[in-house]
Amino acid sequence: MALSAQLINLMAALLLLIAFAMLAQRRILSLIYLFAWQGVVLTANSIVVAYSTGQTHMYYSALLTFALKVIVLPWILHRLIRKLDVRWDVETLINIPTTMLIGIALVIFAFNLALPISQLAGTITRSTLGIAIAIVLLSFLMMITRRKAVPQVIGFLAMENGLFFAATSTTYGMPMIVELGVALDVLIGMLILGIFFFQVREAFDSLDLRHMEKLKETDR
Amino acid sequence: MSEIAFVLGLPLAGGLVLAAYGDRGGAARLNVLFNLATFVSAALLAARVVDAGPVTAYGELFFIDSFNVFLVALTAFVGFTTALFSRPYMLNEVEHGRLTSRMLRLYHSMYQLFIFTMLLVLLTNNMGILWVAMEAATLTTVLLVSLYRTPASVEAAWKYFILCGVGIAQALFGTILLYFAAEKVLGAGGNALLWTHLNAVKGDLEPTVLSLAFVFLFVGYGTKVGLVPLHNWLPDAHSEGPTPMSAVLSGLLLNVALYAVVRCKVLVDGALETHFAGNLMMGFGLLSVVVAAFFLWRQRDVKRMFAYSSVEHMGLMTFAFGMGGPVATFAGLLHMTVHSLTKSAIFFAVGHAAQKAGTQVMDEIRGLVVTNPTIGWALMLGSLAILGMPPFGVFASEFLVLTAAMQQQPWATPILLLALGVAFAAIFVRVQAMVFGDTTARRLPHPPALIPVFVHLAIVLMLGLYVPPYLADWYRQAARLIG
Amino acid sequence: MPDFVTSLLSQLAQTLIVVVLAPVMLGWVNQCRSWLQNRSGPGLMQPYRLLSKLFHKDAVLAKNASALFRTAPYIQFGCMVLAASIVPVTQTNLAFSPAADVIALVGVFALARVFSALAAMDIGTAFGSMGARREMLIASLSEPALLMVFFTPLLIAQSTSLNTIVATLAHREFALYPSLAFAAVAFIMVLLAENARIPVDNPATHLELTMIHEAMVLEYSARHLALIEWATAVKLTTYCALGIALFVPWGVASAGDWRGLPFALGAFVVKLALAGGALAVLETVSAKMRIFRAPEFLGMAFLLAVLGMLIFLLLGA
Repeated sequence: MALSAQLINLMAALLLLIAFAMLAQRRILSLIYLFAWQGVVLTANSIVVAYSTGQTHMYYSALLTFALKVIVLPWILHRLIRKLDVRWDVETLINIPTTMLIGIALVIFAFNLALPISQLAGTITRSTLGIAIAIVLLSFLMMITRRKAVPQVIGFLAMENGLFFAATSTTYGMPMIVELGVALDVLIGMLILGIFFFQVREAFDSLDLRHMEKLKETDR
Repeated sequence: MSEIAFVLGLPLAGGLVLAAYGDRGGAARLNVLFNLATFVSAALLAARVVDAGPVTAYGELFFIDSFNVFLVALTAFVGFTTALFSRPYMLNEVEHGRLTSRMLRLYHSMYQLFIFTMLLVLLTNNMGILWVAMEAATLTTVLLVSLYRTPASVEAAWKYFILCGVGIAQALFGTILLYFAAEKVLGAGGNALLWTHLNAVKGDLEPTVLSLAFVFLFVGYGTKVGLVPLHNWLPDAHSEGPTPMSAVLSGLLLNVALYAVVRCKVLVDGALETHFAGNLMMGFGLLSVVVAAFFLWRQRDVKRMFAYSSVEHMGLMTFAFGMGGPVATFAGLLHMTVHSLTKSAIFFAVGHAAQKAGTQVMDEIRGLVVTNPTIGWALMLGSLAILGMPPFGVFASEFLVLTAAMQQQPWATPILLLALGVAFAAIFVRVQAMVFGDTTARRLPHPPALIPVFVHLAIVLMLGLYVPPYLADWYRQAARLIG
Repeated sequence: MPDFVTSLLSQLAQTLIVVVLAPVMLGWVNQCRSWLQNRSGPGLMQPYRLLSKLFHKDAVLAKNASALFRTAPYIQFGCMVLAASIVPVTQTNLAFSPAADVIALVGVFALARVFSALAAMDIGTAFGSMGARREMLIASLSEPALLMVFFTPLLIAQSTSLNTIVATLAHREFALYPSLAFAAVAFIMVLLAENARIPVDNPATHLELTMIHEAMVLEYSARHLALIEWATAVKLTTYCALGIALFVPWGVASAGDWRGLPFALGAFVVKLALAGGALAVLETVSAKMRIFRAPEFLGMAFLLAVLGMLIFLLLGA
């Protein structure tokens, strides 16, 4: 296999590993670092794809990813957790080994789902679509099994990372204007969430999501 | 095409201006003025498109045809009337101490930006930008749902953000798949996501990819439409925010999301020869109607009850669009219009009623007709309108949907009738109790703005009796486009 | 000379080398640990001295020890010798390899473990049963992980025979294979668990709270204990040789290649020494983890192994 194909495979495997590591991680600071590393690997992947296929717009995409996902977002999150003083998310909905097993089942499901689409794609990265969908599903699992608000949001951002990787693997990324729009949305979303977390803390005195299960379908 | 620049530029400018000056005394009037100007531009745009036919603008960035132009006009109109309503309402809220002027500044600027994002969704030709604008519409309203800072509203805003966010991530994946299919036929680059181009080549798009893409797009945008089982955020978000927010969320955002779904459906129907998209829409629409009708019974909060009513009506519209065919699509478009007007009118009346009674719990609101006959009768008439009582417009559209269903999907008709009947009983009983009876309500410091309510109801009444020919033409053209 | 004679001779040579040199490997690991802990160690030959001391003693058995108790050490030693025979160390044409393929190898290890656990429970002391229970807990988690680790090379080589697997892997071009990387990390974790090394179990402790493997051999003495200690050393060497053969196989001589043998032997010794050093480093920097964390540790190993296999299935790399 050509070197670029090997590198892309290696980075896809690393992304999957990081997604699993996020599932198992209890310290919120480590979660932020893992998210930043995911951004780094995504940037490297975009650069390798840009270099080996000559698609210059991927360079801009890589720059955007680096600026947003490696620098700005982790910085915002870091500041947030320092101000909100949340460090640990020890309790999860289901224990960690079970979460891992469910994660493996989701990965197998994702690989199966991606098979028909991968066969139709014309990119060199098409085999990594399964990993992209697996990352999306794993981030979704992480969102479901978390008890605190900040890890849920990090899971949400990781899901967006997975979608970005899926775009890279099927179509060499989306048109630039769409990518800019998505990046803008993510950034604004984070800023709004930052404000919102303080409101949550003010109303409930904690960021534990169990406090936010009072509104039910039929009670009121 | 300068009208488009005005239609989009005015709300954007309004948002920025009100972000700076939104807490001053004249802010509410400024809000109304911006909305009025937007509405005028939208009306001019509509007039031009009605004359000239579908048109693209600014290098194919925007596309206006008869389907989205009437939605643009409707959005601008309801935005305007809601701004009119919101002025005395929010002043009353400030007097009652539930809001500060800083919150008002956030409210006014976000209101304008929200109108901007909705208009962008309606006018854009690029499916990717449509996604971006839809997500932005959610983001602008998150902080408004939690405006009152009570635990319940914060919880509602959180659910709204997370559930709609996850849903719209699915829609992003659907858009990626759509781009993937489009790229093969149209080549890479921004043009592959333009709806006009996609519509032209929809027969050549890969069927498996498109059906998978539609599933994701439907799940994603369907969450924002409020289809069961993805509707959990809706009753909370619509009832915990300030009433003007409930009016625009129920009346406008749901329509815009349904518009996105229907645009995707047109593409998928062209690519697949089967009725896959329509069946999916019919199934979930029917499910929404039934589930919402039964949940209506258990509600004790008046705004929550009407939020479930929105779910029910959106389900009905989805069902109508899913059925397809000229009659059902015409009915769906008519229903979009009348539901939007009626629901916002109801929320106006309910808002003032709740303000007078000091609570949103239905058991504690009584005798509206005694203290303030206009509010009482407005609520009564509005509820009758939304329940499908003739001669209001909702009756006409529901009748058309049922007729089409009896012809095309006869098995669905009894289910629909049952659900509509259950909803009728539930709402009518509650509203009657609220409107008549003894009361201990207080006087409001600022007189309520009830003109919007009656204007909306009048339009709905008129549409029930007589659809003006240009409007009917409009609907027919749009129905033909949707197919 | 006829082919099967050469292969038989080389097989016997390999078995002898591994079995005889196993205590040196153990001594080397202990020596490295001593150097890392800044003390002068007992010397490379210390395990030999221990074995010779034990062989010269009289065996003391409990009154109610059954025949199982007396034969278990021999069975364990026999299993380890078999395992050492079928792992390709210097060349891939081993005569005994039809005796057990990769999956049966896992079974051979399990057989030895079952007998040691039964023997521990045979006497009826508290330590014995406790050790047996804990050992079985670790084993029940590490065996699936080990199997999964084997699946990746197995899929690459399309065969379960160790000869074929190592031959295929040794002759692939050098490239980055993430699936093998994941499998290698998982294998290291399983190695630590199965051989009772830190961070799973401390081989030098005799504290009740922390013993796993040691608790099972408390009742043995003299030649029985000598055989068990030797079997432990052979197991460790076999595991290291297995890891080397699967993940860093370059330098192995092909079947029937005479001239490659000395080089292969030299390469093997060097790799084994490096492995021993790495093991010592790992043991020094980690602390023993609490027993209830062991399932998480092994779960992680299982996960990595499965991931490696899935990545290979998807990416072909």
